Amino acid sequence: MGIAFYIAAAVAVLSTIMVITRFNIMHALLYFIVSLLSVAVVFYLYGAPFMAALELIIYAGAIMVLIIFFVMMLNLGSQTAGEERSWMTPGVWIGPSVLCLVLLGELVYLMLQPGDLSGDVRVVDPKEVGKSLFGPYILAVELAGMLLMAGIVGAYHLGRQKKKIVHRFLQNAES
Amino acid sequence: MEAHYWWIIGGVLFVLLNTAAGLIWLERRMLALWQDRYGPNRAGPFGILIVLADTLKLFFKEDWIPPFADKVVFVFAPAVVVASVLMAFAVVPFGPGIVVADMNIGILFFLAMSSLGVYSIVLGGWASNNKYALLGAMRGASQMISYEVFMGLALMGTVILSGTFNLGEIVEAQKGMWYIFPQLLGFVIFFIAGIAETHRLPFDIPEAESELVAGFHSEYSGMKFGMFFIGEYLGITLISSMIVTLYFGGWLGPAFLPGVIWFVIKTFVFIMVFILLRASMPRPRYDQLMEYGWKVLFPLSLLNLLGTAAIKLIIDK
Repeated sequence: MGIAFYIAAAVAVLSTIMVITRFNIMHALLYFIVSLLSVAVVFYLYGAPFMAALELIIYAGAIMVLIIFFVMMLNLGSQTAGEERSWMTPGVWIGPSVLCLVLLGELVYLMLQPGDLSGDVRVVDPKEVGKSLFGPYILAVELAGMLLMAGIVGAYHLGRQKKKIVHRFLQNAES
Repeated sequence: MEAHYWWIIGGVLFVLLNTAAGLIWLERRMLALWQDRYGPNRAGPFGILIVLADTLKLFFKEDWIPPFADKVVFVFAPAVVVASVLMAFAVVPFGPGIVVADMNIGILFFLAMSSLGVYSIVLGGWASNNKYALLGAMRGASQMISYEVFMGLALMGTVILSGTFNLGEIVEAQKGMWYIFPQLLGFVIFFIAGIAETHRLPFDIPEAESELVAGFHSEYSGMKFGMFFIGEYLGITLISSMIVTLYFGGWLGPAFLPGVIWFVIKTFVFIMVFILLRASMPRPRYDQLMEYGWKVLFPLSLLNLLGTAAIKLIIDK
């Protein structure tokens, strides 16, 4: 399992770096999908098959498709790639990179500490996830439900159209 | 044990790819039969060698990549559909013990793979850099994302009844009664969503040859087009075998035939239904399709889920 984990993790890190450094937004999104897939593999390896499947269905299968859908509608051509290129100056990426390096150092330090952090892997099946979601974490589920409800109401409000009457007599009566 | 496992993988791949190729001939012959024509009947017995001729033609066609296309994505897109559908077959139990990956999240894996299949349409249409292809890709993306929702919700009825995501255990749970009887509504919704998911007629709105040339694969030729073609037939086979597994008892059947044969027969019936649908139904308008999905199928699938859960709770008490 060790080798599988390291391969998946390496793919995740590499593809995420590629996401940031691509100038063509569609290619960046494709690398992002690869990164999500490899994270799903890591979830699967560490005993969370349900999470892995959800990662694939929701993130890779739905949210990313929607983002790609909007990018397609915006019709971003080669001139935006040039714009991106001009924005990618060292001043922009040095700050976040240094902060990430600090985090990486911290992570490596913690991993070198004695005591087995990876420990024994216990497979958590979907039933267990459901029981804990609707048991101790019911409040969080309900809060998320409320948030989604607000989103739906907002989307309905934004998408609402006044009914247009195209009949010539009725139109006059309306206005 | 290991060798046995490789035999299963090889056998499944062999049967599936040959089925997909054979479906080209079968579909053309059956359409012809239902429309009072002969169909391809010249090459070989019953014209079955048309498959060989078609494949050879696809191989020898000029493999053209348009200069205005995004080359890498253009080449990559047709492979996605075939790969994702073949991956989804990994969890389908073809017979007792004949399954590539006996996963506890079988149904979820199937849903995940079918949702990854959208990318081939979207990326193919986008990379072609062509108005018609882009329109087809946009229709495809919205159609498949919407119908995935009801597909998942309709499946959850069988999950509630059997109490597992494992497809093999779902088949075992149908020993007493096939789920088509308690889950008739779920089956209808899953079937309609399945047609939309494989973008077959009547829901072939992403390609709609009378409006959009050939939709998302307008620019494709040669074996790249062949990949989309094979992917579509594999998709039909996948949805048919999922219907059989979830609602028609999978490999279960009277004992005079082995389980695999029953599975193949049942799957074949549904493939024929897919072909008959193509011969008989007109294509709806795009907005009609979306409206039908969100305003009819979505509430129905939620009701089905609610009703199934309530009845299951009452029976268990």
